[in-house]
Amino acid sequence: MNKIDSLKKYIVKDILKLDCGKEISNFPIAYETYGELNEKKDNSILIFHALTGDQFPCGKNPITNKEGWWSYALGPNKAIDTNKFFVISTNVIGGCMGSFGPSSIDPSTNKPYGSNFPVITINDMVNAQNFLLDYLKIKKLFAVIGGSMGGMQVLQFVSNFPNKAEVAIPIACTASHSAQNIALNELGRQAIMADREWDKGRYLENDKLPSKGLAVARMAAHITYLSKKGLQEKFGRKLQERDALKFGFEADFQIESYLRYQGSVFVDRFDANSYLYITRAMDYFDLTKQFKGNLSDAFKRSKTKFFIISFTSDWLYPTLENREIVIALNAIGADVGFIEVTSDKGHDSFLLDVPDFLNAVKNFLNNSYRNIHETRI
Amino acid sequence: MKQEFKIISSLIEKNSKILDVGCGNGELMKYILENISNNIRGLEISKKNVQSCIEKGLTVIEGNAELDLGQFPDKSFNYVILSQTLQAFLSPEKVLYELLRVGRKAIVTIPNFGHWKVRVDLLFKGTMPVTENLPNEWYNTPNLHMCTIKDFVTFCNKRGLKLSKSISLSGKKVSYIEEKNLNYKNLSSELGIFEIEKLNESNNS
Repeated sequence: MNKIDSLKKYIVKDILKLDCGKEISNFPIAYETYGELNEKKDNSILIFHALTGDQFPCGKNPITNKEGWWSYALGPNKAIDTNKFFVISTNVIGGCMGSFGPSSIDPSTNKPYGSNFPVITINDMVNAQNFLLDYLKIKKLFAVIGGSMGGMQVLQFVSNFPNKAEVAIPIACTASHSAQNIALNELGRQAIMADREWDKGRYLENDKLPSKGLAVARMAAHITYLSKKGLQEKFGRKLQERDALKFGFEADFQIESYLRYQGSVFVDRFDANSYLYITRAMDYFDLTKQFKGNLSDAFKRSKTKFFIISFTSDWLYPTLENREIVIALNAIGADVGFIEVTSDKGHDSFLLDVPDFLNAVKNFLNNSYRNIHETRI
Repeated sequence: MKQEFKIISSLIEKNSKILDVGCGNGELMKYILENISNNIRGLEISKKNVQSCIEKGLTVIEGNAELDLGQFPDKSFNYVILSQTLQAFLSPEKVLYELLRVGRKAIVTIPNFGHWKVRVDLLFKGTMPVTENLPNEWYNTPNLHMCTIKDFVTFCNKRGLKLSKSISLSGKKVSYIEEKNLNYKNLSSELGIFEIEKLNESNNS
């Protein structure tokens, strides 16, 4: 039995009708929980991960042995305080950390699904996660929160289940994936598919691994998570373990070496087909179109209190796109707060130690919880 | 300062829906939230102030009143408050109309440039006045469009804006501003507090 099989999972027995038309059932959702559900069952928070995240936001990931992806924000006494809140975290369907994904075995062939895996959407992801909430007997969440693709899931979740979450925090995201972001995702997919080892998606059954292609995809994407200023300050034109240019194509510059390293460690932990499927789900995300051009309609049945956060140096999901969500919510008189946090760390700011961001999340969660559950005006 | 908050709060009906434009660090919002209505939110341009508001548990949107009021639908608030900020806008006239579009009523307070101390400064010292309500020097003041209470009343009258309440604050002394005492109040008031409605619409309702 491999390590992935031993992760905590819930097998969804219900039928989930996917946006692509196919139906799935008897599929696993891998999940983790942190903290304790209180007696009143009013302190649960569902967090959604971004493209390459998983169900392990904090503590040591048992598969990768690395610190969780949201360890700055989540844990005892952190912004999302696990001493206070019961946090539920899942691996999205399409993922590769134990949830139903392209590396799962297709019972009809006994081989990994590979490219036969159905195309999934953000909508499918949150619908699948809702089955887990039913299983955990969570009728009402205090909060839903997530950054980047996690933020898209927050928006979709509130739209699908309007009164299931009391507060929602979409971070550094968009309601409609932009042409630039589709283009960047396509670049990554083409890098994977151009690798012969990808083998039309059948690399797992044929004992191959498109690690070159996946590494290039990750390198390209990694650049988009940083800012120009951040890169310049961290690397500038510094040379990598050499005093002069070598007049060749080795990694002369530190930034080259850094990106190569980022690419190489990524292929050890992430499945190339999952990368294709999840980026596709992001590209298909267009909540505005889902509501015939009026984003406000996505939220008009909801009483959820929103707090939207963007970052000054995030050019992947810029403030403007986050603001569109604020505008749509204001247009229907919804309860919405918004802050653009100053940071040079680009889109990745939400994963890093950015005190203004972490304080805002902490204050918002704690004050909202107190206002909703502990005091009556 | 607290006195101004109390007067503003006294103008607001319980549990009404309120927008505080340029809400600063949220002191006024907090006061209203605790005493009058929990249906209040703020719009604030400074990131630092936005953080202070979040710390206080207030709902606040980071934004610029001159650009971002447009996203609120007509009459989406019972009251829109603008406390000592009108004079700092590039186009106070436009902002005032936006307040009255978004809110059924606007509550606007203005530091009075007609106050006797201001006049004395200018008359005897020959320098731009620096007072408690106008603490900045001419070269670093955010106030682009200072006006007197008389200027403001005249403006509203000309534009058909109904001043349903006009209150003068001088130290701790609160009094009403009326047509017959306007010249005197224009001399004695440090702050003018006005509740404004659009004349034609208040007739209809």
